[in-house]
Amino acid sequence: MSDKSITRRDFLVKTAQGASLAVTGGLLWAYLVRQEAKAQPYALRPPGALAEMDFNAACIKCGQCVNACPPDILKLAPAGANLPIGTPYFEPRTGACIMCPDIPCLIACPTGALAPELKDINKARMGLAVIDIENCLSWKGLRCEVCHRDCPLKGKAITLETDPRGLSKHAVFRPMVNSDYCTGCGICEKACPTEVAAIRILPPALVQGKIGDHYRLGWTFDTEITQDFKPSEQAPPAPETSGGKPAGMDYLNDGGGL
Amino acid sequence: MNTPADLSHSKLVSRPLGARLWSWRYVVLRRLSQFGILLLFFGTAHWAWEWPAKTPLLTGNLSASELFGRIPMADPFAVLQIFLSGHVLQQKVILGAAIVLGFYLLVGGRVFCAWACPVNMVTDLAGWLRARLPIPAMFVVSRNIRYFVLAASLVLSALTGLAAFEWVSPVGMMHREIIFGLGAGAMALTAIFLFDLLILKNGWCGHLCPLGGFWSLVGRTALVRVRFDKTTCTHCGECARVCPEPQVLNLKRLEETGFVTSGECSNCGRCSPLCPEGSLAFDLRPLIRKHGAEGSISSVRRTK
Ligand code: SF4
Ligand code: SF4
Ligand code: SF4
Ligand code: SF4
Ligand code: SF4
Repeated sequence: MSDKSITRRDFLVKTAQGASLAVTGGLLWAYLVRQEAKAQPYALRPPGALAEMDFNAACIKCGQCVNACPPDILKLAPAGANLPIGTPYFEPRTGACIMCPDIPCLIACPTGALAPELKDINKARMGLAVIDIENCLSWKGLRCEVCHRDCPLKGKAITLETDPRGLSKHAVFRPMVNSDYCTGCGICEKACPTEVAAIRILPPALVQGKIGDHYRLGWTFDTEITQDFKPSEQAPPAPETSGGKPAGMDYLNDGGGL
Repeated sequence: MNTPADLSHSKLVSRPLGARLWSWRYVVLRRLSQFGILLLFFGTAHWAWEWPAKTPLLTGNLSASELFGRIPMADPFAVLQIFLSGHVLQQKVILGAAIVLGFYLLVGGRVFCAWACPVNMVTDLAGWLRARLPIPAMFVVSRNIRYFVLAASLVLSALTGLAAFEWVSPVGMMHREIIFGLGAGAMALTAIFLFDLLILKNGWCGHLCPLGGFWSLVGRTALVRVRFDKTTCTHCGECARVCPEPQVLNLKRLEETGFVTSGECSNCGRCSPLCPEGSLAFDLRPLIRKHGAEGSISSVRRTK
């Protein structure tokens, strides 16, 4: 075997070794990066943040949003915290977004990870408030409604539904969140007096379902009524009465049961 | 025993205390610069330092920042990765990257390493300790690995859609966690420290760090360089002994060029105060010829 062929084989082996090292290393590295970015999907972002993966791509991890936040609620995820490393997030229970009208965090962001298209803080969607109705004081029949009172968009983002006969004779005021308005600021979560907040902010993608386009909600105004789903022309049947007493709700509300 | 190089060496070891301390001047300045930068960030973040009035002094961190509320700065390597990941960047951060890139093009890319990067303090400490402990070399690795890691950062950014190095960078971890609160980044730094101390001399900064590689490439045309005077050099080798990138002090090559050309030199200023003959000094590249340090063709080389 000539020297030349030895060096050539050497070269080929070396190249193969180098290439496999590079590929293995690269795969490992890519895996690490993706794991980091996926870390925990519950991170709540400052207002205007792009969709999670786009946000992770765009954010340069500079913390200028953190510097700009007047109530100082934003944090950069430290290493090893199971949060996407170096990116800003907030935890409403300890520090809720006060929805600054001028959105200083977004103004400070140099990359566009917090998209400058957001001009009105009321249009921010940092998350969505979700009520644990099993542990909400108001749903249990106590008078709390703290979340409703503190919500910057009360009457829109949180409404109270009264149920006059929720518990025997005792009226119940049930807070309800409306996703059309809730910004996910977390003021409700911060204010909720239960030991563990009964109202919590989650990324909308984690809690919101989608019914699918094929459903026709014939009774809503914006849906065209089709041939086979026309409301009946007939008058509805008269309310049932029994023994001279008014039916259902009216009966109870009039105190007829007593 | 009496070669010029030996004389140089004895000159060096018999220096008076004052001269010894004076030779640390650049190290002191570098630490002031490195700490000072972190302090400005920290003070702005935690003590609301303002200048001019009502304007935060220096917000952000070494990835991207804003000085005096109007001068944007950004790490061009991070911006390049984000660009490759497919995100359309805003003007502000691009301008910031251009400003920083322009600055280091002038003063030397790896001036970032020696004068700004906080990890440098950790690796310098490891290097300093290692020089004083009997730790044998485990293996020799090419210093060009960093350029492969650099290329891999860029390729992986494009493939994963995430700025690949920024998601694992110990440099980012360190300055972020000093300015914005502690996490497990200290573990990564401990790993680097031990790696440099026990496994590979100047392992991280001299072989692996892709950011250092990036700044090495940027530094090739720098204005501020170490000038070399071949007429006084005795080839004692003291300079290469303290240089964390000794390959840049290839004396044969220096005799031809008259100054350190490699971008891998970080202008750290370890070599020049130590040179017993005063053959090395910082200078501006256009003035180097005027100062008579250019290698002339007819020169007789001291080394073969
Ligand atoms: S809107 Fe205001 S309170 Fe909310 S995150 Fe931004 S700066 Fe902070
Ligand atoms: S200011 Fe923008 S780029 Fe900087 S950390 Fe906040 S979101 Fe990320
Ligand atoms: S998060 Fe809570 S307080 Fe904020 S808008 Fe939504 S419901 Fe209101
Ligand atoms: S503050 Fe908490 S307990 Fe009170 S009504 Fe709201 S969710 Fe229920
Ligand atoms: S090589 Fe990397 S870690 Fe070392 S000083 Fe330079 S940028 Fe910092």
